[in-house]
Amino acid sequence: MLWSLTKAFLVGGAICTIGQVLVLKTKVTPARILVGYIVTGVILSALGLYGPLAEFAGAGATVPLTGFGHALTNGVKKAVQEIGFMGAFTGGLTSTAAGIAAAVFFGAITALVFKPRPK
Amino acid sequence: MFDKNAKPSPRRQDQLDRYKRLVERMSPNSQMGKGLLRAYWLGGAICAFGQFLQEAGKMWLGMNNTAAGTFCSTVLVFLTALLTGIGVWDRIGQYAGAGAFVPITGFANAVVSPAIEFRREGLVLGLGAKLFTIAGPVLVWGVSASVIVGIIYAIWPW
Amino acid sequence: MQGTITLKRRPRLCMGAAIAGKKEGEGPLGGGFDQVIEDDLFGEESWEKAECRFFYTAADTCIRKAGLTHRQVDVMLGGDLLNQITSASMAARELKIPFLGLYGACSTMAESLCIGAMLVDAGHVRTALCAASSHFCSAERQYRFPLEYGNQRTPTAQWTVTGCGASLLSSDERLPAIARCTHVTIGRVTDLGIADANNMGAAMAPAAADTLARHFADTGRSAGDYDLIVTGDLGQVGHDILLELMRQRGTPLAKDKYVDCGLLVFSPDQDVHAGGSGCGCSAIVLNSHIMERLRKGEIHRVLFMATGALLSTTTSQQGETIPGIAHAIVLEGEQPCSGA
Repeated sequence: MLWSLTKAFLVGGAICTIGQVLVLKTKVTPARILVGYIVTGVILSALGLYGPLAEFAGAGATVPLTGFGHALTNGVKKAVQEIGFMGAFTGGLTSTAAGIAAAVFFGAITALVFKPRPK
Repeated sequence: MFDKNAKPSPRRQDQLDRYKRLVERMSPNSQMGKGLLRAYWLGGAICAFGQFLQEAGKMWLGMNNTAAGTFCSTVLVFLTALLTGIGVWDRIGQYAGAGAFVPITGFANAVVSPAIEFRREGLVLGLGAKLFTIAGPVLVWGVSASVIVGIIYAIWPW
Repeated sequence: MQGTITLKRRPRLCMGAAIAGKKEGEGPLGGGFDQVIEDDLFGEESWEKAECRFFYTAADTCIRKAGLTHRQVDVMLGGDLLNQITSASMAARELKIPFLGLYGACSTMAESLCIGAMLVDAGHVRTALCAASSHFCSAERQYRFPLEYGNQRTPTAQWTVTGCGASLLSSDERLPAIARCTHVTIGRVTDLGIADANNMGAAMAPAAADTLARHFADTGRSAGDYDLIVTGDLGQVGHDILLELMRQRGTPLAKDKYVDCGLLVFSPDQDVHAGGSGCGCSAIVLNSHIMERLRKGEIHRVLFMATGALLSTTTSQQGETIPGIAHAIVLEGEQPCSGA
């Protein structure tokens, strides 16, 4: 387990650091970087390049937002294999439903419980 | 100004260029090394913690791969929501930058923080409508890209 | 040149009041404010209502310190940073003083003083109240991100001041006078192509240089004629750029006689990056620290110039560059200068 944690740390940290280089070196806003990350994840995964990385690094590749893109592509491909053309529309959100639903649900609950606070 | 094709006069362009260089000279730059190090260690730590959650789910809670992955992202999202609510996450974000916003924790923070902030404008038009103001673009372009990939895959499977 | 108006009757600056937030209270000028409000919500339900209460409290404190009632003030001029300047107008709803709302972004304090001084000088009104406010939390959610969002601030970013400052101008000889308003120079909108909303100081510095240059040309004065030149919220970056721009124009400012409110209001260890900003920044510094020094006679002739970045989130997202503006007013202390 220690080796898998190390792999996740090294690869995950590297993916985050690329984002930080963009933050510090360019004027690209975080929102644009995130959009770039997820679309890059979708494309790399479709080209078959992200799968091996996820195989190797586990959460180090799936927890960063590129992994979200990878999950979208995987879901779409799987759904197309199962139900054909319409799978292109159902697969992506099916495979990422947990993350999105959790964020929406916990977001709503948190907003009801906590108040905005000054810095 | 209202003529789209008009270019600034050479004199004005020169003034703009000179001022741009002056501003670049006078503005402090972010400390590169420190920023990268912080992003690396915190981003790596979040991913390693995610890996630990997956392994723990498989080892002790009898989950299969898919369930363990879902468990991992749900717990990370929950913890980020909690830390955002008690006002700690904005400090973590300020400290680590991309190390905090590139993992799924950043997505969670981007959903939770406007929900809290705009709660005062009501449950429907405030909390409900503003929830995706920051994280929305990620879903819009991520899902759209995946649909395109799906259509191509349906026509030419590889 | 153009834009400078000489105030022949030298309207009196009678009183100032400054209400500041907690972080400002912990800053180097904390002891000088009339009131430091520890609770950022000021007992209200939202940041917007809190800012409105800051505005009301500053206006009310200023009027009472001068020994007047609300009905004795002929006009109130003021504004803030929020959409449709709601803090100012909703405070005016409670104050019931005839009200002219102004929007000059962070230049609002100087803008209101310029107009107020001209109205008093011309004899249209006897007493005018000028005020400007900002609130970190309400500005942050309108212009940037929710407070809980974990974004990284760049080194050139500035920290919006929570607070409101109010000044009372009058031609009434019976009221005490701290200083006299002698000249105003109205700013020109100046834009040298800066589009980075995290570097407001750089966007506003050219406007400040333009106003200063016109002021010197119109009055035949130079920087040496002033005991202190005060800019509003250029911050560290804008402060350095303005010094450089004035040097290039051949009318350098003396470093020890030029200060920026954004640098005075916070100390560097308060993690505010390039300094304070917002309408409230110059407003609370002028109405506490600067007025106190005028009152004591440490400084006699002051040029107060607040700068504003006239952008909105919409124009910013559409890729427009940031237009800057700077209005200036000359204040001459009633006390003879004890310093030099």
